[in-house]
Amino acid sequence: MAATATTPGAPTSRLGKAATEFDDRMIVAGPVRRTLNKVFPDHWSFLLGEIALYCFIILLLSGTYLTFFFDASMVEVEYQGEYDPLRGTQMSAAYASALDLSFDVRGGLFMRQMHHWAALLFVAAIVVHLLRIFFTGAFRRPRESNWLIGVVMLVLSLLMGVTGYTLPDDLLSGTGLRIISAILLSIPVIGTWAHFAVFNGDFVGTEIIGRFYIAHVLIFPAILLALIAVHLLILVKQKHTQFPGPGRTEHNVVGNRLFPTFAGKATGLLLVVFGVCAALAGLVQINPVWLWGPYNPAQVSAASQPDWYIMFLDGSTRIFPAWDINLPGDYTIPALFWPTVVVAGLMFTVLAVYPMIERKLTGDTASHHLLQRPRDVPVRTSLGVMALTFYVWLLLAGGNDVIADKFNISLNAMTWVGRIGVIILPPIAYVLTYRICLGLQQHDREVLEHGIETGVIRRLPHGEFIEVHQPLGPVDEHGHGQLAYGGAPVPKRMNQVGGARRAIRGFFSPIEQPSAVELEQLGEGRGLAAGEASRELTSSGRPSDGGRPSDGGRPQDARD
Amino acid sequence: MSTTNPQSDAPTDATSRPVDRARARRRSKQRRRVANVAGLMASLVLTGSLYSVFAPAQAAEDTTSESAAEAAGRELYERSCITCHGENLEGEPNRGPSLIGVGEASVYFQVHTGRMPLVRQEAQAPDKPAVFSDAEIEQLMAYVQANGGGPELPPGGNLRDGDLAEGGELFRLNCASCHNFVGEGGALSSGKYAPSLKDATDLEIYTAMLTGPENMPVFGDNQLTPEEKRSIINYVQTVKFQADPGGAGIGRIGPVGEGLVIWVVGIGALMFGIFWMGSKA
Repeated sequence: MAATATTPGAPTSRLGKAATEFDDRMIVAGPVRRTLNKVFPDHWSFLLGEIALYCFIILLLSGTYLTFFFDASMVEVEYQGEYDPLRGTQMSAAYASALDLSFDVRGGLFMRQMHHWAALLFVAAIVVHLLRIFFTGAFRRPRESNWLIGVVMLVLSLLMGVTGYTLPDDLLSGTGLRIISAILLSIPVIGTWAHFAVFNGDFVGTEIIGRFYIAHVLIFPAILLALIAVHLLILVKQKHTQFPGPGRTEHNVVGNRLFPTFAGKATGLLLVVFGVCAALAGLVQINPVWLWGPYNPAQVSAASQPDWYIMFLDGSTRIFPAWDINLPGDYTIPALFWPTVVVAGLMFTVLAVYPMIERKLTGDTASHHLLQRPRDVPVRTSLGVMALTFYVWLLLAGGNDVIADKFNISLNAMTWVGRIGVIILPPIAYVLTYRICLGLQQHDREVLEHGIETGVIRRLPHGEFIEVHQPLGPVDEHGHGQLAYGGAPVPKRMNQVGGARRAIRGFFSPIEQPSAVELEQLGEGRGLAAGEASRELTSSGRPSDGGRPSDGGRPQDARD
Repeated sequence: MSTTNPQSDAPTDATSRPVDRARARRRSKQRRRVANVAGLMASLVLTGSLYSVFAPAQAAEDTTSESAAEAAGRELYERSCITCHGENLEGEPNRGPSLIGVGEASVYFQVHTGRMPLVRQEAQAPDKPAVFSDAEIEQLMAYVQANGGGPELPPGGNLRDGDLAEGGELFRLNCASCHNFVGEGGALSSGKYAPSLKDATDLEIYTAMLTGPENMPVFGDNQLTPEEKRSIINYVQTVKFQADPGGAGIGRIGPVGEGLVIWVVGIGALMFGIFWMGSKA
């Protein structure tokens, strides 16, 4: 021990010595130091994927609790639990245990609701994260593989959702299961076999809940967990993208170190996500299975919908015409096949291969670590908005009976609005987005060329009114700016420009001190500045009209 | 009903004196007249009573004396209903259906929920505050019941004394496909809808099942026995007034409301959170 104690820089505290002993054996100091010093760029939109990650953690924890009490069995039992309106009803053991979880298990209802809310939030966060990646071009080389993994994880999370939705075996989930069965059956050639493989017989059989349970609690989460690990490892290896800005290039990363800043923020966000899920679970009721009743194939309810992330497929099914294709020899391709298998297949295929499509179309095979502003890539942005319009329209069509009921609209009208809208709205969205992108681009260029609009109007001696512009940088002999557009946000308002001034921390964005020209304008308004032309124009300036005493001594000559 | 006998002067009497003969003729003529009238009356009464035996419903219409309630009901009917349902409850094409045989239960449901009188012709009559008082509704019920009969109100008693769990099962089997799991209502085709049962009273639910108003099928006592109807009412009313143990019920319509909440509240709150975090360097 004496040898180590005399080494220069050796730890003297007990903890430090213990750490040295540990490192002597494990040799981890190097990697840990590198990891802790890893720099992550800072932008609010980079936290969206983290929300999904934290939702997944909540799902694992609450789901584990639920497995202690859930019985994934389709054995018929008679309910004798706490909930009076169902006591004595025949139901599956799965449904009975879901009821017991809600009414008899301590904290069970809260956990069930938290699990379900977190699941809805999980997919929602994935979708928002995906939109951020898409619209900023973060999927470009070298990150195509991570994009692909992300799409696979999205599909897996949808499958997780579908299987989890089915487990309680209530009337709503059973209706969903019936539709899953119908979709499987609608697949040409292999449909019947696929159905038998999944259900082990005809609908509904006695096995499906058990099978979906294992898929839901083991198979899909295990794959998802592995993919999340790969997703994050690739992210660390390839480094995070960043928005262009001062000092940011394709070859560096500007941001905060993992420890302590980023770790502190991440922990904070984890707690925020946890808090939102817990608040929802405690305050807002979700999937009240006791109201739905046990599944019985003879029963169905109005307004039976899947959870929101599958609702786009329900919507496409609702608005698709009943076009069965009858082939010779008693073969039929049911209409259901197109809006479900084909539409979903096409949507996710196009989504998965979009990086390759864009690479082919633009011929851009270079590596990119700087993100793009959506306005600077109008075609991609417009395509994205077009696809999003299509998706959201299908989503709304999935709830068309509820919309019809709540807003007193004819359901037939809703169906036709869905059909016509899904064809004409996406192109309209494309054109509008394209025009908006070009307009924003033009305004950026205008600011760079002429400066920021100050809102200060001057009257020239010959009577012309002009607005004073504040150039962003040095100007040429015509007064035009010489700055090039660098892909970063261009300041548009005066108080965004004062980079040289001290920023006061605001709640969302820094509050900056007013710029020189604004202060001057303010002073003019109070009549402090000299010169008749710059006097306040909203009143006569007389004390009786609210003019200020300082104006009093000056001549009130003919102004109007 | 005045009767004259065409063969009144037939020589059937054997009296010699002309005066006697004339008197006798007059007497026999009177006798014959009385006999004829009596016979005709007897046959009419016989026919009438036979008719009333074989067609009891129609016989009621023949009675000219109506009760005070029916008269008052007729008065109300002629003021508020006659335009669409016709002078004799026979209905008017493209305006209103015949009310013959709909019964007092139907009148009770339609008028008590304010569906009738109709404000305008549309896909379906919406429920609104009742126009008539309970006494007036009684009179209308009496009038319609007197003219054609039909389903009557249940004899009274507690309409919720059925089995709760059985009621739930029957509700999900017969009612949920239009009225939703817990009676929140739902859309039907072409602007028609199954209304929410939120404001429905026991008797309104009972009479609705009995008479099948608007687009609802009739659940006669052969389809759902009175006991089963009371079970369903028990279930509907119990679940309606039952608190939501999980928090805010958000309409109890399932995933549509939940999806809205997660996007507006969940993602909204988190967006607020990350904007805030992003501004803290």
